[in-house]
Amino acid sequence: MSTGSFKPKNGALRWFDDRLPILSLVHGSLGAGYPAPRNLNYFWNFGSLAGLCLVIQIATGIVLAMHYTPTVAGAFNSVEHIMRDVNYGWLLRYIHANGASMFFIVVFIHIFRGLYYGSYKAPREVLWMLGVVILLLMMATAFMGYVLPWGQMSFWGATVITNLFSAIPLVGDQIVTFLWGGFSVDEPTLQRFFSLHYLLPFVIVGVVILHIWALHLPGSNNPLGIDVKGPQDQVPFHPYYTAKDALGVGVFLIFFGLFVFYMPNSLGHPDNYIPADPMVTPAHIVPEWYFLPFYAILRAVPDKLGGVLLMFAAVGLLFFLPWLDTSKIRSAIFRPAYKMFFWLLVVDCVVLGVVGAYPPEGAWILIGQLATAYYFAHFLLILPILGKVEKTKPLPQSIAQAVLGDKAGAKPAAQPAE
Amino acid sequence: MRIKKTFILGLVASLGFANLGLAPSALAAGEAVKLKDIEFSFEGPFGTFDRAAAQRGFQVYREICSSCHSAQYFAFRNLEGIGYSEEMAKAIAAEYQITDGPDDFGDMFERPGKLSDRMPAPFPNQNAARAANGGAYPPDLSVIVKARPGGADYLYSLLTGYEEPPADIELAPGQYYNAYMAGHKIAMPQPLYDDMVGYADGTEATVEQMAKDVTVFLAWLAEPSMEQRKSIGFSFMIFMSIFVVLLYLTNRRIWRPIKKGAMPWVGKDEKA
Ligand code: HEC
Ligand code: HEM
Repeated sequence: MSTGSFKPKNGALRWFDDRLPILSLVHGSLGAGYPAPRNLNYFWNFGSLAGLCLVIQIATGIVLAMHYTPTVAGAFNSVEHIMRDVNYGWLLRYIHANGASMFFIVVFIHIFRGLYYGSYKAPREVLWMLGVVILLLMMATAFMGYVLPWGQMSFWGATVITNLFSAIPLVGDQIVTFLWGGFSVDEPTLQRFFSLHYLLPFVIVGVVILHIWALHLPGSNNPLGIDVKGPQDQVPFHPYYTAKDALGVGVFLIFFGLFVFYMPNSLGHPDNYIPADPMVTPAHIVPEWYFLPFYAILRAVPDKLGGVLLMFAAVGLLFFLPWLDTSKIRSAIFRPAYKMFFWLLVVDCVVLGVVGAYPPEGAWILIGQLATAYYFAHFLLILPILGKVEKTKPLPQSIAQAVLGDKAGAKPAAQPAE
Repeated sequence: MRIKKTFILGLVASLGFANLGLAPSALAAGEAVKLKDIEFSFEGPFGTFDRAAAQRGFQVYREICSSCHSAQYFAFRNLEGIGYSEEMAKAIAAEYQITDGPDDFGDMFERPGKLSDRMPAPFPNQNAARAANGGAYPPDLSVIVKARPGGADYLYSLLTGYEEPPADIELAPGQYYNAYMAGHKIAMPQPLYDDMVGYADGTEATVEQMAKDVTVFLAWLAEPSMEQRKSIGFSFMIFMSIFVVLLYLTNRRIWRPIKKGAMPWVGKDEKA
């Protein structure tokens, strides 16, 4: 494969690349110079889709920010001004608001892909942990973005979530005052959230670069979860995966477009079209759908501090996943028992999401507590034990062997195409 | 292969589930009363606003609702969006007196409305509005259709939902019973009665008719760009569908030899 030896054909470009090898960099990281396993399935599209989401959020967000006013008196009006008076402002805003949901859908699938195929295991632990950092940054960014239109859910969501920090012993109240920049969610809060909402996506860009760097050392994992043994197991990224990723982008944009053009408000809460009013508390304060599972965990514990700790632990736990899972086999394909537990975890997360949407009354409380307990049991009990006791299936000899069968044997590794 | 299919099915199912989970959160605020389901022309992927209905609705809004409710994002120039000509919109604007200024002497003055003006609010501020309505605030109606679960159906149901209160419900003075209001108690007296407005086009002004018309008007006001959104969406979908088919064919063609085990890139380096 043509790593390292890249030379642009055009003389001027070659001159430039000798002085700043940026074309070589692209060639080696997204081009023909980057080898990827030949058997990646469509779940490997979600990484590039997440990158696309980030670019879309930044591009639309920068234009929105040109028309948006981060003041208590002006925020709601400026969003309606964007919707009504700015040319294609409604389109920008609907892309940005639904784009946040699309981003989370893509990233959640991306994460569960990693869980299913064991992509967090050696040598990809740091890559995985950087992914968890990105998830945390996304959550912070989306939370603060949702405050900006200054509707009822913006205001009350911000109030509920920032208030959580008051549960921290001794310094809790000081921290909350510090976050608010005052004694309630008010103008200073809105302005700092706007500033940070503008900043954090660029921090995410930085971590994404590290994430990709960490990816390119070992290269992609694959559905079989076995290491690449030689060039016959691989294809150059370009044109094979650029074409496949482009197809994924096309399908994704259709899905995205269905929301933007035909149900732009279906993922939002109607209350957020009511201007924020500190005197009127909404009947039920619910976060955006992507926070619902975490919200359910938060409310599973009657004690505020306990709930907050548990909620942070639910994400924090993921940092330790590479060591909690004791199995050396990566892919669930060869771990029948793990495969079952994986699907139970998926169901459990969906249940948590449903619980998070309902007020904590009656049976929902118990269901929420059981689902929370199971979530932690999956990572803290089942995974460590399972790796030691489960019976796994035999691994194939190589990717090429598994994918091509006899055809692989027929063609020696270094045979030219002609 | 089977695994891939289960995975996809599973994810689709869980997304579906997640959606079920969302529904109640949106409904919770309005309690689970079944709304009247009206067929509006603006529903569906190709729906457009019925201009005649929206104009009648504007009349209802002007003659009835606007004595209590503001619509602060509504400018007279917007009237062209529901089929009024520029001349007619100018004439309607001129019927309103707008406070402008300060003039060269520092005084505020009144002048007839222009296209660029917003519809004047009935009360100078929230407190004045509350004082005039027994302490309840008549919300701004600009985005009301987007601000309630059920949207247009809710608004229509609310306007036609005034009933005799059941025996076990106690109403305070200034409270009315409405089958669709959260908690069934509303501080807005029934705003619509038969023949309250005289429609120029001869349509009979029943409560249902006026409720429907004003709902069309307010649905338009909540999102004047809806028709543009759907028409751009349609072009986008057509374009993307063709594009995706091409991408699919390209991808399949690029991969075909690879699936058979060929490695066309091997040896390319040395030649280049
Ligand atoms: C006499 C004054 C008055 C008139 C006229 C009036 N309203 Fe109201 N309206 C109110 C008040 C007061 C409230 C607040 C009710 C409450 O909070 O209980 C209200 C509330 C509403 C609400 C919100 C209900 C909710 O879900 O919270 C809507 C929608 C509404 N009015 C629509 C209309 C429409 C449409 C018209 C014209 C057909 C109209 N109103 C005419 C006084 C009025
Ligand atoms: C990680 C990327 C991002 C995410 C997940 C995100 C998320 C969000 C969300 C959920 C909202 C509320 C949408 C609504 O209901 O109106 C929002 C609003 C907003 N965002 Fe972002 N955003 C991102 C990047 C950016 C960037 C880079 C900018 C600016 C440079 C930006 C500027 C804005 C502005 C001005 C608003 C308020 C306007 C509005 O509410 O529509 N965003 N964002």
